[in-house]
Amino acid sequence: MATQNNHASTPLEYSTEEGRLKIFGFWVFLGAEIVLFATLFATYLTYQHATAGGPTPQDLFVVKDFMIETLLLLASSFTCGLAIYEMRRGNQKALLLWYIVTLLLGAGFLYFEIHEFFMYVTEEGATMQTSAFLSSFFVLLGTHGAHVTLGIFWIILLLIQLQKRGITPVTSRKLFVAGLYWHFLDVVWIFIYTLVYLMGVAG
Amino acid sequence: MNLFEFKMPEHFIIWNDPLIKGAWVSIILATLGIVFVLTYFKKWKWLWDEWLTTVDHKKIGIMYIIASLLMLFRGGADALLMRTQLAFPDMKFLNAQHYNEIFTTHGTLMILFMAMPFIIGMMNIAIPLQLGTRDVAFPYLNAMSFWLFFFGAMLFNISFVIGGSPDAGWTSYTPLAGSEYDPGPGQNYYLLALQIAGIGTLMTGVNFLVTIVKMRAPGMTLMRMPMFAWSTLITSVIIIFAFPVLTVALALMTFDRLFGTHFFTISGDGSPMMWANLFWVWGHPEVYIVILPAFGIFSEIISTFARKRLFGYNAMVYSMVAISALSFIVWLHHFFTMGNTPAINSFFSVSTMAIAIPTGVKLFNWLFTLYKGRIELKAPMLWAMGFIPTFLIGGVTGVMLALAPADYQYHNSYFLVSHFHYVLIGGTVFGMLAGMYYWWPKMFGHMLDERMGKWAFWLFTIGFNVCFFPQYPLGLMGMTRRMYTYPEGLGWDGLNLLSTIGAFMMGVGFLIIAYSIYWSARYGERDTTGDPWNGRTLEWATTSPAPVYNFAHIPKVEGQDAFWLMKQKRKKGKKEKTPELKRIHMPKDSGRPFVFSFFWFVAGFGFVFEWHLIGFAGLLGVLACMLLRSFEYDDHYYIEVDEIKRTEAAAGRL
Ligand code: HEM
Ligand SMILES: [Cu+2]
Repeated sequence: MATQNNHASTPLEYSTEEGRLKIFGFWVFLGAEIVLFATLFATYLTYQHATAGGPTPQDLFVVKDFMIETLLLLASSFTCGLAIYEMRRGNQKALLLWYIVTLLLGAGFLYFEIHEFFMYVTEEGATMQTSAFLSSFFVLLGTHGAHVTLGIFWIILLLIQLQKRGITPVTSRKLFVAGLYWHFLDVVWIFIYTLVYLMGVAG
Repeated sequence: MNLFEFKMPEHFIIWNDPLIKGAWVSIILATLGIVFVLTYFKKWKWLWDEWLTTVDHKKIGIMYIIASLLMLFRGGADALLMRTQLAFPDMKFLNAQHYNEIFTTHGTLMILFMAMPFIIGMMNIAIPLQLGTRDVAFPYLNAMSFWLFFFGAMLFNISFVIGGSPDAGWTSYTPLAGSEYDPGPGQNYYLLALQIAGIGTLMTGVNFLVTIVKMRAPGMTLMRMPMFAWSTLITSVIIIFAFPVLTVALALMTFDRLFGTHFFTISGDGSPMMWANLFWVWGHPEVYIVILPAFGIFSEIISTFARKRLFGYNAMVYSMVAISALSFIVWLHHFFTMGNTPAINSFFSVSTMAIAIPTGVKLFNWLFTLYKGRIELKAPMLWAMGFIPTFLIGGVTGVMLALAPADYQYHNSYFLVSHFHYVLIGGTVFGMLAGMYYWWPKMFGHMLDERMGKWAFWLFTIGFNVCFFPQYPLGLMGMTRRMYTYPEGLGWDGLNLLSTIGAFMMGVGFLIIAYSIYWSARYGERDTTGDPWNGRTLEWATTSPAPVYNFAHIPKVEGQDAFWLMKQKRKKGKKEKTPELKRIHMPKDSGRPFVFSFFWFVAGFGFVFEWHLIGFAGLLGVLACMLLRSFEYDDHYYIEVDEIKRTEAAAGRL
């Protein structure tokens, strides 16, 4: 399959009817994901002071830790953008490379996040069962983290397909959609960063 | 939580009640019967190839409708059991616990496993044909939606014989539904079955939104779409915004029950009220999800059988848009009495009453469509005519319930029970039966018997009013919802008996419909034209049933009521040029949606009993199916021109 696009104006992933439908469908799905996260945020904000005598946000959150997580995830969104840019230019090697960097940054984010949770549980005795605040904290962040984990495995599968098949209308569509997903998780994180962490340490 | 713990609940196999013993026997007999018939007639392969693996929207629609009729039967049986218990004062037919279980399964089944799949079935049958397209946007996803619904429904349905039914009401308010007051697997069934089916519904919303926005035949602008397509589009939007809230609510309660979190418990600073809010933030839009498609169907049927264009098309569209927006800001009217401030109650009272305005607009539009029409009272039209007064009564009593101060008088009384049955049966069930009679020839190529249809309609409608009208005064006299028995001498006896008699009349009406389905399949009038009702929209432009590819040529649309315009043109003797046939690109069938959803069932079953190992194993199966799908590239095939020619010639169109 040609890596070059015949219509200079339409990107390869949009070149087929199927591609256009699936990309639009994914946007709609992201709409539903927004509602899902919005509900979790609403729950968290309702319960942020419901600490039942247990640890409060100020007791738990460490600025340095969540800054590292934030930087890693933001950087991964940037490299993911670069990957799609290279895909549009038909440069398979660079596409692969930037996506691998994205995944490494994502894995780094996960490492720090899991470490953070681990510290809460072992050092502070702050578990999901402690208070409504912690229940909603862990479920909100856990849902986001599970999305990132799933995204990492998903993109690995797509990169295998990319290596097998090259940049085709189908593989480019899949990688593009995965990119949308990745950016979306970044946007969610920005809300977590502001509404959970910043507001939490500010009290 | 211990991954390797397998604790048996106290009652795993339920065998303590003559009714349930009877159910066991009939379940086993029915299963053996089905297995025997399939084996004897060598139909297993047919079942797998033609149905379980299909991605064809028409077949998926048929499966949805069959499943929802079965669920209507089960839910109806539940209803008759309850009405029997309430027929006389101090009845000893069902005990309190059993009554609780039955109203819970009845309510949940009727809304989520009868109304929802019936509606989605209708969408599947009609929408691609009405839009003049070959399938939905994502046929494989469509099959996943169906099987997720199906296995969710199965999981819910086995609860009463294995482990025990949920018993905290279809609303499952906490703290009653929390693990402290409701231990045991019953409530887990509710949570997990709804979760599985709900994911399927969300995918349906995405699928139909994309189909309608992107796949209309050339020339069909949004404002030329059939009204049912509009109602489906708006319903899809509501699904996409409402169902994720249900997903979260169910997940949070599951966490509370299985992993000891504190979302809805007083201990740990959680709040039981949070559940009521989350549930109804989904729940109220949900009632519009089940009514708007019925509105769409009535619009089609009324204009077809009045031989007129729909009156006030634009007003119909805008009023549906208004209803969908308002449906998200009224949820609190379900708990005016739970101690909100007057300002909050007032807001939700006013917003609820505001919905009556666009709804009234629609009602007048139907009446004006009928005005001076040449009305033909065929079975579908009868249901539409029955709908208008019934829904009006339901709507007016709804506005009464919306008056917050007055609601303190009749909240959670039989007044409410009657109100929601007037809108759910008079609106949704009438709408689905109307649609079923209307599109049956399109689904199967034969009509449902008209005479039996009339009998069923009159029995059902009269029975309905006899059953539910007395419940309004009963409610005002103080009979509360969900009470399993009542003493003599309250003046309730006569009305309750009347209500039960009405319920059994409806049951007979349903049986006539069921029999007419069987009878019509064997002896019913065949539809050879594809257009038995002199229809107006594109689904009537192809054969009944439609070929796999729906249309050999994608039709060109020149206005509202596209098929009507084509027929007008043909009458004037204008010949359309038929373009060359081209081979048609079609999605391949797949067994994976079935297997994928089965793994969800396994996961659900495991978590119901808190056998986490089985639960996670099921989820692993789910992921494995997704992985295989990701590597699937060869999922399409072509129908060649020769074959299209043969099919079209057989249909007499070449
Ligand atoms: C065959 C006709 C039907 C009859 C005779 C019937 C009867 C009943 C009865 C006796 C109750 C229990 C009332 C109580 O004790 O509070 C009930 C509750 C309910 N019904 Fe029906 N019903 C019928 C059809 C339907 C349909 C078609 C739907 C929905 C589409 C529906 C939805 C509900 C709901 C949501 C509840 C509330 C359950 C709860 O309290 O948790 N019913 N019905
Ligand atoms: Cu409501």
